[in-house]
Amino acid sequence: MRYTRSSTMLSVAAIAVLALSACGSDTDSSSDGGGGGDTEAVIVVDGSEPQNPLIPTSTNEVGGGAILDLVFAGLVSYDADGKSQNEVAESIETEDAQNYTITLKEGQTFTNGDPVTANSFVDAWNYGAAAKNAQLSSYFFESIEGYDEASAEGSTVETMSGLEVVDDQTFTVKLAQPESDWPLRLGYSAFYPLPAVAFEDTAAFGENPIGNGPYMFASDGAWQHNQQIELVPNDEYEGPQEAQNGGVTFKIYQNDTTAYQDLISDNLDVLKTIPTSDIKNFKNDLGERSIESPYAGNQTIAIPYYLPNWDGEAGKLRRQALSMAINRDEITEVIFSNGREPAKEFTAPVLDGFNPDLPGSENLEFNPDEAKKLWEQAEELEPYDESEPLTIGYNADKGDHKTWIEAVVNNIKNNLDIEVSGKPYATFKEARTDATDEKLTGALRSGWQADYPSLYNFLGPIHATGAGSNDSRYSNPEFDEKLTEGLAAESVEEGNEMMNEAQEMILEDLPAIPLWYQVAQGGWSNNVDGVEFGWNGVPLYYAITGK
Amino acid sequence: MTWYIVRRFLQMIPVFLGATLLVYFLVFSLPGDATAAICGDRGCTPAVVAGLREQYNLDEPFFIQYLLYLKGVLTFDLGTNFSGRPIATIIAEVFPTTAKLALMALVLEAVFGIVFGLVAGLRKGKLFDSSVLVLSLVVIAVPIFVLGFLMQFLIGVKLQWTNPTVSGDATFTELILPAVVLGLVSFAYVLRLTRTSIIENVNADYVRTATAKGLSRKRVVVVHVLRNSLIPVVTFLGADLGALMGGAIVTEGIFNVNGVGNTLYRAVLNGDGPMVVSIVTFLILIFVLANLLVDLLYAWLDPRIRYA
Amino acid sequence: MPEPTPSIPTGPPAPVTRTKTSAYEIEHFVADLDETPIKATDSAVTDDAPRSLWGEAWRSLRRQPLFILSAILILAVIFVALFPGVFTDEPPNENCLLENSDGGPAPGHPLGFTVQGCDILSRVVYGTQSSLTVGLFATIGVVIIGGLIGALAGFFGGWVDAILARLGDIFFALPLILGAIVVVQLPVFQQNRNVWTLVVILVAFGWPQIARITRAAIIEVRNADFITAARSLGVSPLGALVKHAIPNALAPVIVIATISLGTFIVAESTLSFLGIGLPPSVMSWGNDIFAAKPSLRSNPMAIFWPGLALSITVLSFIMLGDALRDALDPKARKR
Repeated sequence: MRYTRSSTMLSVAAIAVLALSACGSDTDSSSDGGGGGDTEAVIVVDGSEPQNPLIPTSTNEVGGGAILDLVFAGLVSYDADGKSQNEVAESIETEDAQNYTITLKEGQTFTNGDPVTANSFVDAWNYGAAAKNAQLSSYFFESIEGYDEASAEGSTVETMSGLEVVDDQTFTVKLAQPESDWPLRLGYSAFYPLPAVAFEDTAAFGENPIGNGPYMFASDGAWQHNQQIELVPNDEYEGPQEAQNGGVTFKIYQNDTTAYQDLISDNLDVLKTIPTSDIKNFKNDLGERSIESPYAGNQTIAIPYYLPNWDGEAGKLRRQALSMAINRDEITEVIFSNGREPAKEFTAPVLDGFNPDLPGSENLEFNPDEAKKLWEQAEELEPYDESEPLTIGYNADKGDHKTWIEAVVNNIKNNLDIEVSGKPYATFKEARTDATDEKLTGALRSGWQADYPSLYNFLGPIHATGAGSNDSRYSNPEFDEKLTEGLAAESVEEGNEMMNEAQEMILEDLPAIPLWYQVAQGGWSNNVDGVEFGWNGVPLYYAITGK
Repeated sequence: MTWYIVRRFLQMIPVFLGATLLVYFLVFSLPGDATAAICGDRGCTPAVVAGLREQYNLDEPFFIQYLLYLKGVLTFDLGTNFSGRPIATIIAEVFPTTAKLALMALVLEAVFGIVFGLVAGLRKGKLFDSSVLVLSLVVIAVPIFVLGFLMQFLIGVKLQWTNPTVSGDATFTELILPAVVLGLVSFAYVLRLTRTSIIENVNADYVRTATAKGLSRKRVVVVHVLRNSLIPVVTFLGADLGALMGGAIVTEGIFNVNGVGNTLYRAVLNGDGPMVVSIVTFLILIFVLANLLVDLLYAWLDPRIRYA
Repeated sequence: MPEPTPSIPTGPPAPVTRTKTSAYEIEHFVADLDETPIKATDSAVTDDAPRSLWGEAWRSLRRQPLFILSAILILAVIFVALFPGVFTDEPPNENCLLENSDGGPAPGHPLGFTVQGCDILSRVVYGTQSSLTVGLFATIGVVIIGGLIGALAGFFGGWVDAILARLGDIFFALPLILGAIVVVQLPVFQQNRNVWTLVVILVAFGWPQIARITRAAIIEVRNADFITAARSLGVSPLGALVKHAIPNALAPVIVIATISLGTFIVAESTLSFLGIGLPPSVMSWGNDIFAAKPSLRSNPMAIFWPGLALSITVLSFIMLGDALRDALDPKARKR
């Protein structure tokens, strides 16, 4: 119906006018969507409801993360390729990869007029690490000296000894041990600065955060829970992410399938994830208005070592057999319409230092004959305990995992002739609890999306001994040592080399079986232009313009 | 009659206590640690987990948790959910939308179900009867997540008669399509119930008597047959209101309605006890009131039914 | 308002009344007895033993084409459920090759393939058993539990009603998913989640609906003349409930039950959607419908066939319900 469309257009224009008056700019009246590269248009994008108050250190999921990344600016930010660039930082200097001196740019302010100073960072980080504040992302500060004291259970220490303010523009950081890739992490949301007002009433601040980023909340109450969050450009912001549009409105969806319907009827401007159900249709539906862009994320299947069939030498052979029985090329082609890229190792191709030809990567290639042979070898060593047939667990409440899990199950069944089935968990927390308590009765799928663009982020938190997301309970002192060495390396390049040496070990042991790399499949409406996706699969919202 | 109503209101107290206790117990026995949902993929440090457990009383034994919640209810403080938002605010946000949606669905299913059922019953075995049988078969056999998706795709996307999703304002026109989808299965029930009831009553002696008295067929059908046939239908509709309000998870998901069903679903997934119990309590109140209304309607529909 | 006469609908009437009437009235007839329709009625009651309600129903059922048709269909579905191997050569749940994904009909695979490349015919045939089990036994369960509770509540009223009906309220308002997620985790079911887990869940949360409908129907007939008559003839309250009230209240219960049979089979699909249905390794129509939903636009046939099987099953039970209702309805039977 014609008028439905035009009335939507009108309301978008109306929002644009309101948004403009809200941020007090007096540019010429907003255009109604004609012409190329309209920088006044308000872009409507899909989002999900932030799970926590919008405080950088207590946000650990993508819904809130996307908002924070626009409202705040950290010391560094990442460009589309994941290269880190200085944002608020003038310089980050070190001589030994352990002691850092950070200097801030002059004249940076929060949107309430407060200057961004060294204290804005130091106070925010101390707040995030202190146990008494129970901030969900506290472990991001674990490298800083004094973190252990501040974050121990029941601790009353409120500051980390490694942080020291020199003057308004300068502070120093001492790490517990040398880590050459540490500056890379500083673009992650946990490291954003906070104005003094944030600590007065954090709950209220979390509803209406005040930041220093390219955008700001359109007004108090711009976060209409479970409906939308309205952001307008921050005119004071100067930096690489300057807004090219008149605002970004996150429309909150409960599922991607619904958002897709809105996209193809032009009620939504940008959708960052095409739902599995429409992977086969979206290129047809959208044509030029779609994109496939690899990002720093992967999908793996972790197999716990505490399962009797999967430990020791026989376990290793079985893991390799399983990995070779999965036809990654076929699954990514048929199930995802090439919307995933078969994995060659444990990290992701967009990262600096990525190497697809590591020794051991042949274990990730489809080879049914070899797989069968390896399985039989394992049987000779130690017969499989048939009372525990293999299951592959996945959570049914979020994401769309069932279809590909079934495909993997059929692959294994057809090529190894063993009993295997998918095991849905009704809730994510149930799966997590089983993993944490070492109660898994089979394999568990686990996806990882990078927090910051570094190989280490895919290795340390997942496969190091005792790491938080080490679901397989893999423990290899040599591997751990290699990681520590890699972190302490003189340069990032040298570090990457050692990371890849560490990878060779897990390519052999396969604590988890890498399946494929994520590819952002997104689309946009007829109303916008200039949509590009970043290294982490999130659109570069600031660069989108109206048509 | 007044005494009967007073008694029914008093009965709501044990229902409230029983239901909240049962629901709280179920949430408490949900598998998985509630903090695991809050901490997400990466997990939290033990210190953070301990802090969270203290904040939401998760370390207390089940019964203490329940009593703490009850105390909150009695002091008109429902507490906050796991995202730190006041539960009362959330309920005030989602209930009006869902109530609108559920009532629209109820009216649609009642009107169409009764009219179609009446005609089908009067023309038993004729073409119309068979056609509505096929229609109800489709509605029964195709799950709502398929039917809803198809209708959204055809009407919202292809024909563009309406927006495919519901905005925050949830206006009347936006809610028509979701209401139709939501009411479809119940429509099949109402239709078949009415049809059967009509067939039963058309042959009753009083109908012959009424016809013999010289009343017009139309009057006989509407005044006598229909009215006497409505008891099972009204019962069904009364019970259905509760189901429509709390059970619209799939429909609300498809049309992105910010309503009770989805809020409840998310709270269950997160093991958010106070949130689940608060919503279910409201649902039970609505349900009990609707059923009381239905019981009173019986007496109006069939004067032989009396309440002491 | 005149009521249906109590003697015929409610089974064997007292013989005393009957003989007295006929013997007395014969003298007043002008026409020859052989020519009156009353003859048939009279001759039926004088020598035959009083037939039970169900015996009577069976006699009339056997003559109904609707019943015969539905019975054949149901037997056919049951046969498929018991002997799936007769209908397809494809072994169940095997030979699913991605190269056949969403493929159309091919030799030996008349209905084509699912998104996983499984033979649709084989899946539909082998899925019959679990789907039918879920639908049938969940229905039987809710009818027995819900029917019993509803009948007691409606017939006795007062405090019995208060307790039973309020109990129903509590269960009805409980969210099915919440209960289902918890029940699925019970130690009994956790190890071997199967169709019976699902039956238990559906019965536990489905009975209040039947209970309310039965209660309403019983309340409606409770004050009817024929119950009063039966009671005054010395029939015990329970006897009056079982012999006279319940048969007269069956129609709406049958309707709800036959539709519920279908919705239960579909509910299994929705529960799979929420991750608490049958495990993916169990073949069922619900699982197939759920699995085919993502490719709805590219391969609609994958959802059509299990949907059709489901429709035929539901149709046959609805027809059976209609036939049964007609046979049991005292008012309809009279003519």
